[in-house]
Amino acid sequence: MAGRYDPVLIIFMGFSLVSFWFPVGHDGNDSVTWWFDIRAGALVAASVLIAGIQLYFRVTNLTFALFVTLALILGVMAPLLAIDTLRTDGYEAIGLWIYVAGLGFLAWRAMAMLSKAAEFNRLISFAVPALFGLWLLYLWQVVTTGFGVPSVLLPSPGQIGDAIAANGETLYADFYQTVIKSVLSGFVFGCGSGFLVAILVDRIPFMQRGLLPLGSLVSAVPIVGIAPIMVMWFGFDWESKAAVIVVMTFFPMLINTLAGLQATGKIEKDLMRSYAAGYWQTLFFVRLPNALPFIFNALKINSTLAMIGAIVAEFFGTPIVGMGFRISTEVGRMNVDIVWATIAVAAVVGSVFYGLLALFEKRLTFWHASYRRAR
Amino acid sequence: MTDQQTGTKPSHWGRLYNGQILPVVTVILAIIVIWYAGAVYMNSERLIDGYERSKTDWEFSDLVEDSWSMERPILPAPQQIIEELDNTIIDKKITSKRSLVFHAWITLSSTLLGFAFGTLLGIVLAVGIVHVKTLDRSLMPWVIASQTIPILAIAPMIIVVLGHLGLTGLVPKAIISMYLCFFPITIGMVKGLRSPDILQLDLMKTYSASNNDVFWKLRIPASIPYLFTSLKVAVAISLVGAIVAELPTGAVQGLGARLLAGSYYGQTIQIWSALVVASVLGMVLVWAVGIAEKLTLRRMGGQS
Repeated sequence: MAGRYDPVLIIFMGFSLVSFWFPVGHDGNDSVTWWFDIRAGALVAASVLIAGIQLYFRVTNLTFALFVTLALILGVMAPLLAIDTLRTDGYEAIGLWIYVAGLGFLAWRAMAMLSKAAEFNRLISFAVPALFGLWLLYLWQVVTTGFGVPSVLLPSPGQIGDAIAANGETLYADFYQTVIKSVLSGFVFGCGSGFLVAILVDRIPFMQRGLLPLGSLVSAVPIVGIAPIMVMWFGFDWESKAAVIVVMTFFPMLINTLAGLQATGKIEKDLMRSYAAGYWQTLFFVRLPNALPFIFNALKINSTLAMIGAIVAEFFGTPIVGMGFRISTEVGRMNVDIVWATIAVAAVVGSVFYGLLALFEKRLTFWHASYRRAR
Repeated sequence: MTDQQTGTKPSHWGRLYNGQILPVVTVILAIIVIWYAGAVYMNSERLIDGYERSKTDWEFSDLVEDSWSMERPILPAPQQIIEELDNTIIDKKITSKRSLVFHAWITLSSTLLGFAFGTLLGIVLAVGIVHVKTLDRSLMPWVIASQTIPILAIAPMIIVVLGHLGLTGLVPKAIISMYLCFFPITIGMVKGLRSPDILQLDLMKTYSASNNDVFWKLRIPASIPYLFTSLKVAVAISLVGAIVAELPTGAVQGLGARLLAGSYYGQTIQIWSALVVASVLGMVLVWAVGIAEKLTLRRMGGQS
């Protein structure tokens, strides 16, 4: 990269300098530019200055990646300051939006530089997606407050955060009902039974040939549709949701475990036979460890399916608690910020659930090809 | 297979036993038997209550017969569902609001639109991720994270928001389908575009092929099998999305609406027949993608 001027940074600097000539909002009846507040103007100037220094030295190592990230962090604060203190009716604050568009380029450059540095530093490799996520949240915040989007349509992240803080108890009750009671029990029963049936079926090839074609048929069936039936059978409480999850997670687990059990090569099996190992010994010491990548694949798929199953089943009837219930009722009452708060909780829970599974997978299947150094 | 190894000619029975048809038929028969028995078991409690209230004498054969023909059974017998399907598919006009074909069409149209959107989005994302390193690092983790979120939870939100913006009907449902089905396509396509190994890439380099050539002549053809595998998964998920999208909006048309209405009014047979139609629809969609896969691979000169 050294030796050539960085076009992305030039674009950013161009956008920012242009934005000084346009209004960024109203103070009373007058349109004002960045210098309405010395802090905002200084922040913009600082971000441009840092980009300029980077442009001049044309180095792209880690230090300069962090340097550009610093410029980005300073830069993003200026529009927030403007939106908080000025009346920005969105459409009239042209300078503000030009600058935000320019910041997009700066964010891109920061991510590109960090991702280059990430090849040598594992900590940094987490920073890149984090930066991307923060950037999206920031854009969401600036656009919703800047254009005055009514919170019935789309609340800003700030409002959602307030809703989370204000409704902690309700959210916890919903979390307990949906995740701890329905999702976990359904997930354990569904995956457990799928696993056990897979081992049973593996012993009886006749069953395997009978069940496998049906299993692949079932994958095309929208199983979520059984939710009303399960609600009729098992009542409104968590048992019906767990039942939906059991049915949804059973076949992915069955099919993946079977595929995993068949993944053991002939040579390994022959070796075990030459050791005079029985069926169960071969199963426990060779075939199940070999099947782990497949099993974890199913567990990860099922973690998502379980959350979806529980929430959708709650649309069909539930006691007055639970995430699906909260979402469907609060939408009706126009309390969209609470809906988004619930979605945020669901997102965090889903990601943590998935992350834990991925962590276990890494621990237990470190030998697998997908964890060796990628090319 | 085992018979061939021992060298003896397989008997008819052995061939049946080791083939696919007999096991599948056995399993299906077992399911049907369990179903009928289950219908008797699950419906019996309510029926016996009814007998005792009306003080009629009953024998087990009455119980069996009645439990297979209840009006609002807890578990309907298969022939009741078939009867209902016959009523709502063949006897009703296709345009009638009572026809399941009509409802299936509503759901199918948003499924297909969402599937088309999702395929487009999935492929574009995959091409971006494969070619731009920054996107690979920054976007890919979020593509994965987006699926750990139960996106269906947002379904009512998306429909409300788009409704305020003046978009109603097909498109909001299709967007939910899209959100669900772009993921397997992106993942499969990324894997497919990266599937050419170093030897093949090097060969292209010795031909002094440009990046464009490598993309169109090596990466794209190599990705087609992966793409179709993903498409089969995606089309089934897309149907789920379309059905679920009909739930929270109180829609009156579509298979999801039939499920919801059936659950409100305790019409079990209606729920089951909607479910059967949805399942058949899902299988047909996956089968259709399979046919498209076969045709495409044949035209590309592969053996299928």
